[in-house]
Amino acid sequence: MADFRSGTPDQVAFLDELLDRRLLIATGVAGVYGRSEAFEAVSVSVAETITRAGSAERPEQLRFPPVLPRRDLETVGYLKSFPHLAGSIFAFDGSEQQAGEQYDRASRHEDWSEFQSMTELVLTPAACYPVYPAIAARGKLPPGGVTVDAGGGLVFRHEPSSDPARMQIFRQREIVRIGEPEAVSAWRDLWRERAVSLLSAIGLDARCDIASDPFFGRSGRMLAASQREQALKFEVVVPIAGPEPTAVASFNYHQEHFASAYGIELADGGCAHTACLGFGLERIALALFRVHGLEVASWPQSTRDELCLGA
Amino acid sequence: MLVTDDIRQILKDYSRLPVEVGGLAVDADLYRAGMTSHASVDVMLALEARFDVEFPDRMLKRSSFESIAAIEASLTELLAENV
Repeated sequence: MADFRSGTPDQVAFLDELLDRRLLIATGVAGVYGRSEAFEAVSVSVAETITRAGSAERPEQLRFPPVLPRRDLETVGYLKSFPHLAGSIFAFDGSEQQAGEQYDRASRHEDWSEFQSMTELVLTPAACYPVYPAIAARGKLPPGGVTVDAGGGLVFRHEPSSDPARMQIFRQREIVRIGEPEAVSAWRDLWRERAVSLLSAIGLDARCDIASDPFFGRSGRMLAASQREQALKFEVVVPIAGPEPTAVASFNYHQEHFASAYGIELADGGCAHTACLGFGLERIALALFRVHGLEVASWPQSTRDELCLGA
Repeated sequence: MLVTDDIRQILKDYSRLPVEVGGLAVDADLYRAGMTSHASVDVMLALEARFDVEFPDRMLKRSSFESIAAIEASLTELLAENV
C-alpha cells in the first residue's frame, strides 16, 4: 500500500467542511470524491475560462479516455521516474473454479489479487501522455509544429491523503505544444504569464515558482535537482489550506524527452521539443471555495463575471 | 588514470551520447554533447555500483556529472572519505 499522506489540521478541517456541505462526496477511499452540482459548475467554468484564454492559438482539440495503453507508459519511462504513483489495470484471468474462489474471498473483503492478471491498460497519469504517440503517428510535424488542447481528462496518481487538494483521481486541463525548441519555450513562457493573470482575475493570490516533479528515490532527487537547475518546470501556486500555497497549474518543458521516445520530427527533420501546461481543475475550484466561501452566490461579482457563473 | 578509464567505459555504456566517448576531452561538457538528465542518472547509478560508493544528496545535481573531470573530482572526494 502507498504511504498515507496526512493532511495538516487545517487541510483536514477544510475537507470535513467540504464533505459536511456536500460539495464533495466521500467514497470511503481517501482522495477519491464525488462532486456536487455546485462544485462541478465551478470546475467546468474554470475549464472554459482556460479555453477562452488559449483560443487565440487555435489549438487542435483532441480527447482521450482516462486509460492509456500500458505500452505508452513503458515507452516514456514513467515507471522509472514515478513508480510510486502509477496505477495499472488488472483483470480476472482464470477458470470457473477460480472465479468462485475469487468471489468468496472478495465477499469476505480478503485479498483476491492472485486471480488477477495485468491487462494492456494503465490509468492515465497525465492528460498529455496520449497526445505524443497520436501526433507521432501522423509523421513529420507541419511547419511551425502543433498545439493540442487535450481537454480536461481524469488522471490518476496513487497518493492517498486527507488533504482535499491531493486527490488520487482528478481533472487536468492540459494543452500541449510540439515544435521547434524556441517556439515551444516561448509558448510556455507566454502561458506562465497568462496563467498568473487568469488566476489573479478570479481573486486568487497567484504567483509563479520554479518547481520539480515528485520523482522517485535517489535517482529522482537528481532528476528533480536537474529539472530545477534548468528551470524546466514552473508551477503557479495559490493558498488553499495548510502552511504552504498549493500548485494549481504547472508548465513543463520536456525538451526532447517525449519527442525522442516516439520519434516526433520537425518539418525539416531534427527532433522536436515538447512542453505541456496543466491546470488542476479541482484544486482551482478548492482554492475558490476556500478564499471566497462555500456559497458561490456570495462570491465577489468580479470572480463570478470572469468565470461566467451567472448573476 | 584507471579511474578516468573506468569513467569513460561507464559513459560509453550508459550515457547514450551520440558522439565517441574516447574522443571527448576530460573537461568537455557532457550535457552539451547530448547526455540527457535521464541518462546522467543511469551514469550515476553505474558509477556507484562500479566504485562501491553512494553519492550524497549534495552531489546529486547536474554539475557533479557534467564532465569526466567533474565526475572524477566527485569520485575522488568520495573515495577519500571511504578510506
